[in-house]
Amino acid sequence: MAETAVQKREAIFAFGKKERKLLTDPLNDNNPITVQVLGICSALAVTTLLVPSIVISVAVIFVCAFSNLITSLLRKSIPKQVRMIVQLVIIATLVTVVELTLKAYNYDVYKQLSIFIGLIITNCIVMGRLEAFAMANSPWKSFLDGIGNGVGYGVILIIVAFFRELFGKGSLLAGSPLEVKIIGATPEYFINTVENTMFGWYQNNNLMVLPAAAMFLIAVLIWVHRSKNTKLVDIS
Amino acid sequence: MELANVFIKAAFIENLILSYFLGMCSFLAVSKTLKTAFGLGLAVIFVLGITMPINWLINTYLLDETGILGQDLTFLRFILFIAVIASMVQLVEMIIEKFSPALYNSLGIFLPLITVNCAILGGSLFMVSREYNFSESVAFGLGGGFGWFLAIVALAAIREKIKYSNVPAPLRGLGMAFLLTGLMGMAFLSLLGIDPAAISGN
Repeated sequence: MAETAVQKREAIFAFGKKERKLLTDPLNDNNPITVQVLGICSALAVTTLLVPSIVISVAVIFVCAFSNLITSLLRKSIPKQVRMIVQLVIIATLVTVVELTLKAYNYDVYKQLSIFIGLIITNCIVMGRLEAFAMANSPWKSFLDGIGNGVGYGVILIIVAFFRELFGKGSLLAGSPLEVKIIGATPEYFINTVENTMFGWYQNNNLMVLPAAAMFLIAVLIWVHRSKNTKLVDIS
Repeated sequence: MELANVFIKAAFIENLILSYFLGMCSFLAVSKTLKTAFGLGLAVIFVLGITMPINWLINTYLLDETGILGQDLTFLRFILFIAVIASMVQLVEMIIEKFSPALYNSLGIFLPLITVNCAILGGSLFMVSREYNFSESVAFGLGGGFGWFLAIVALAAIREKIKYSNVPAPLRGLGMAFLLTGLMGMAFLSLLGIDPAAISGN
């Protein structure tokens, strides 16, 4: 009796090949942004700087993982007709938790992100994963799937933010203690001192600060991704 | 006149898609053909126009400190707003199904999708942060919806044409949609300097 109970518990929290695939699949073959086209809305506005994009990524990983977990636990008792509203209430509660936490501990970043924290609610990744995965799978698997998709989203966000901040502002991680200024015309940038003018000719590219630059960067990412992974190419 | 300003500003100068990039997911996913794009655009105008005043009433009379309950309940804003949007979409779906089955069939799954359209919730949150009054919030809702409609119809038309062009294979479809939206967004930037008061004759 006792043995089977232990085995059962192990089966619930198993971490085998299938579970690893849940984590790694959203990073490549099934990336939320470049393949599933989910969650673009908030991906564009916050990526001008690296710090807010990291904050949003962490928030999305948290919300995605736990809303998946909660929905999966409740999946048998949610009536089909009102499932949308139930899912949205779960998501909205978690997002409110994130918002209040951020407001209490890092008010500057909270101000900077303004409505985009709230828009995690309508981030299609969260909702999409609830519909497509959590309503039909066990809690532990759903939890892993949530983390995987959150990370897949965060990776794209951070890549885009890296290029936008580097070429648009000449710095990296501006607004945090780790701030580094890399390229630009003034001596305060560390590669470009008065003696060493390696990138002294560089003027900040204001195009990179516009949301349109994020569209172009994601398009380039899609281009690179699909030329490496040819099975994703759109045939139609 | 004030209302015309808000409408023009929401539709063109601060277009929800092309200046704020809200509602991107369904914008990119549903813009493959002109017909469905047209239907979704109309539905978005309708839902934005309805939810905006309702959310305004809720925000002013229920959540605000000066409202009926006399307590600051703004922390409930997300949950209430999204619940209003979800139930409105459900209501719209039922009304359309009852009175115009043809339109209902042509919209299909795109109706429930509007719930998670960032433009709707984003519009409501913008309305709160910009402190619009009741009639301005109606104008903002309709204007924002109209701008969204214009943008998705334009993108769908371009995408239908570009099907016959020789685009590099990895960039086909989604990649091109991103590039086009970026270019359209840059074109819309040129409207930034317009003063809506001058247009409406104030």
